[in-house]
Amino acid sequence: MFKKLHDDGAERVTVTIDGREARVPAGETVAAAALIHGLQPFRTSAVSGAPRAPYCMMGVCFDCLVEIDGTPNRQACQVRVAEGMAIRRQDGAGETAP
Amino acid sequence: MTARHELAVIGAGPAGLAAAATAAELGLKVALFDDQPAPGGQIYRGVERTPLADPAVLGDDYRRGADLAEAFRASGAAYHPSCGVWLLTPERELGLLDNGQARFVTAGRVIIAGGAMERPVPFPGWTLPGVMTAGAGQILLKSAGMVPGKGVVLAGTGPLLLLLAAQYLRAGVQIAALLDMTPPSNALRALPHLPAALSAFGTLAKGLALKREIHRAGVRVVKGVTSLRALGEARLEAVAYEAGGREQRLDSELLLVHFGVIPESNTTRSLGIRHLWDSRQLCWRPVADAWGNTGAEGFAVAGDGAGIGGALAAEYAGRLAALEAARALGRIDAAERDRSAAPVRAALAKERRVRPFLDVLFQPAPELISQLADDTVVCRCEEVTAGQIREAVGQGCTGPNQLKSFTRCGMGPCQGRQCGTTVSQLIGHTLGRPVEEIGAYRIRPPLKPIGLTQLAALDGEGEAAA
Amino acid sequence: MRGADTLVIGGGLVGAAIAYGLARRGVSTILVDEGDMAFRASRGNFGLVWVQGKGDGMPGYAAWTRLSADLWPRFAEELGEETGIATVYDKPGGFYLCRSEAELAEQETRLQRIRAKNTAPGPDYEVLDHQALAERLPGLGRAVVGGTYCPHDGHCNPLFLLRALHVGHAALGGRYLPNRRVADILPEAGGFTVVTDGGKVQGDRVVLAAGLGSARLAPKLGLSVPVVPQRGQVLVTQRAEPRLAHPTVYVRQTGEGSFLLGDSHEDVGFDEGTTPEAMTFIARRALDFFPYLAELPVVRVWGALRVMTPDGFPVYDRSREHSGAFSAACHSGVTLAAAHAERLAGFVAEGALPAEFRGFSADRFDVQEAA
Repeated sequence: MFKKLHDDGAERVTVTIDGREARVPAGETVAAAALIHGLQPFRTSAVSGAPRAPYCMMGVCFDCLVEIDGTPNRQACQVRVAEGMAIRRQDGAGETAP
Repeated sequence: MTARHELAVIGAGPAGLAAAATAAELGLKVALFDDQPAPGGQIYRGVERTPLADPAVLGDDYRRGADLAEAFRASGAAYHPSCGVWLLTPERELGLLDNGQARFVTAGRVIIAGGAMERPVPFPGWTLPGVMTAGAGQILLKSAGMVPGKGVVLAGTGPLLLLLAAQYLRAGVQIAALLDMTPPSNALRALPHLPAALSAFGTLAKGLALKREIHRAGVRVVKGVTSLRALGEARLEAVAYEAGGREQRLDSELLLVHFGVIPESNTTRSLGIRHLWDSRQLCWRPVADAWGNTGAEGFAVAGDGAGIGGALAAEYAGRLAALEAARALGRIDAAERDRSAAPVRAALAKERRVRPFLDVLFQPAPELISQLADDTVVCRCEEVTAGQIREAVGQGCTGPNQLKSFTRCGMGPCQGRQCGTTVSQLIGHTLGRPVEEIGAYRIRPPLKPIGLTQLAALDGEGEAAA
Repeated sequence: MRGADTLVIGGGLVGAAIAYGLARRGVSTILVDEGDMAFRASRGNFGLVWVQGKGDGMPGYAAWTRLSADLWPRFAEELGEETGIATVYDKPGGFYLCRSEAELAEQETRLQRIRAKNTAPGPDYEVLDHQALAERLPGLGRAVVGGTYCPHDGHCNPLFLLRALHVGHAALGGRYLPNRRVADILPEAGGFTVVTDGGKVQGDRVVLAAGLGSARLAPKLGLSVPVVPQRGQVLVTQRAEPRLAHPTVYVRQTGEGSFLLGDSHEDVGFDEGTTPEAMTFIARRALDFFPYLAELPVVRVWGALRVMTPDGFPVYDRSREHSGAFSAACHSGVTLAAAHAERLAGFVAEGALPAEFRGFSADRFDVQEAA
């Protein structure tokens, strides 16, 4: 769906996206990283199970919710990637903590 | 102990940056809070370190943001990035989510410069992955150097759509089609506003230049588009629409839509500030005087959050609100405030003269709301359809708040931001009453969802209070 | 406007339940309501259909509450069939959780006192220690030392209940007049004229169920409804997968999956606002009960005004001066909805409250003042 215009030569961190490792520019949003690396959809809706993915990219639509390091309902467009971060698709309403 | 600031500024877009810098230069102790990690807001996003090898892609106007950010950095105003505001109380306490930690500060005055968001317009399939806003596309371009991989379809109306098309062309992106949904009758309706707009000739000339740029690149521009639909199961596969009385279909995996911008009014509304329905911009905006003062004591608004005026107008409004803050806090007297304000006010007035023309020229078709198909989702979070809203209205729901409780419309995590404007209009249309009378969702805290652990970690004599 | 048999003033849960019950009995009704921004306790409700702990000091209220809880399953089913709106009612039994031995002892004493005066059959409650509670409520926090369980307790979606009552009332031919704030009520020969900011409405009988608005309107009917607002703040989280199968007094998971966390009790007048202090307090207590709520985002906090009488028990009256005028006021509009629709509406239709309702009269406050 999206591609990078060019390699910006930025410092990179390693994250996992649905279990697969990816090297992504430090400082980038989780949403941008996951879009480039093909996370599709980002989540399924809590009401009907419909597929969803980022819509607004500015934090007002809440359709980019994913599970980050085990915590569901994180706004992918508002969270920056970090070394070792585990990003996962969220199925329906999130699970409560263990 | 809760930190106290003389002036708190919320938002680091053009209005917030200008307000904070101006106020700090006048000697006020200023703190600026913004949920983004870097200054610029949405319009100048990533302005301090764009990942683009060739920033010229973004155009000249973008560079003005770099100057603003630089002046702000040099002003001495305290800057709190990644620090969103989740609560405002009438006593000017600000509940912050500062890099994930909840805390409170208080302020003598507050300037809310929360900016705008894209107008959410429901259409069939708008919740499918692969349907995004033009603003989202631009944010990915500015902050991550990302562009559509294959033929992107752009649809809707408004200057941002043209700007994004031009930026994509400069970056070598292939645009499958630009579906212009501007009602053809708008041009005639906008004509009476043209003479006033001519004083801001530069703005108009830029718009015309964008159109020429798109035309020269050979982009397929389809005029008079209606009945936009996004088709697909798991994701967008095709875009369907009507034009010239014919049903059309384009295969695509990415559709970027835009229907203008509206103030992000949840913040101002949460304070109980009165809001007016702007029948030209088709949105709610807070009632404020010429300095941005609102009905909430000590709270001013500046920039697009107070009514859409664009980046330059936002910058000027930010300066005016800062001058007024300096007067209210005793740094300058009214005469000095007025003296300093005069040139800013003149520039603002000039900038605003072009608005009525642009507002009408790019006004979205009323049928987008009034003719919404019953099975189209209006509330993305709770998946409430237009038909369900009409049914509830038929059952005696007279306003958005009763509708919310009857259908859960607006109860999800976006807190009504995506459906609120549509709901007020749809109820008004269904009942045949003006939107102003219908009202809007009552906004309750938190302004953004906040974790239970973060709430629990706040200081306070909680046990005694409850 | 033509006359109707009965005017019900107030479109909240109490008024809507009575109007619905009247319409089911074939009584011609008009439900007169305020607008979209009315103080509406019914929209801020926690949604418990609750028995345990209710009626300490007024056995009649304990019995009335229990009767309503017994009526609820069939009431919910019929309402759902008639309107197509599910109230998401469930009666798995409910818990009261205690964080100290003293609190548990107090709760146990309270329940004993109520049971001693109660004539209803069957086991009323159980007292459970932490271990026994944790078996029934997996994930229970260590801070909970014990609690009580009552099998008659349940919960529902109070917002859908309100909608269903309105839809049911309309489907049975009842008329609904929104955006009519009542300015005055004029008793006349053989009836009443209700003056609203949207015109006059006439009827033979009138039921005053206007919540906090009843205090102002009651004297016009020779009645007294001495209610004052008591604010309650409630937090609601984003939806989560099902985890908590039973309602508890301060935490419940709704049918949709969100958790409701309650609630404060504040005397702040007509202020529906929210306060950071109460939010923090409510969040801490909820985490004490169920630590697994830790990462859930709170999406909304609201303050709503409970309709409180001086002793906290309901007021039901019929005017001596104007025999066609009734009043109904309480803070348990959800729990009592079934009894209001199925019993109270019948009394109104028959034109008289039964003898055992004498204890609910606001006269009781006059007696106290005299003493």
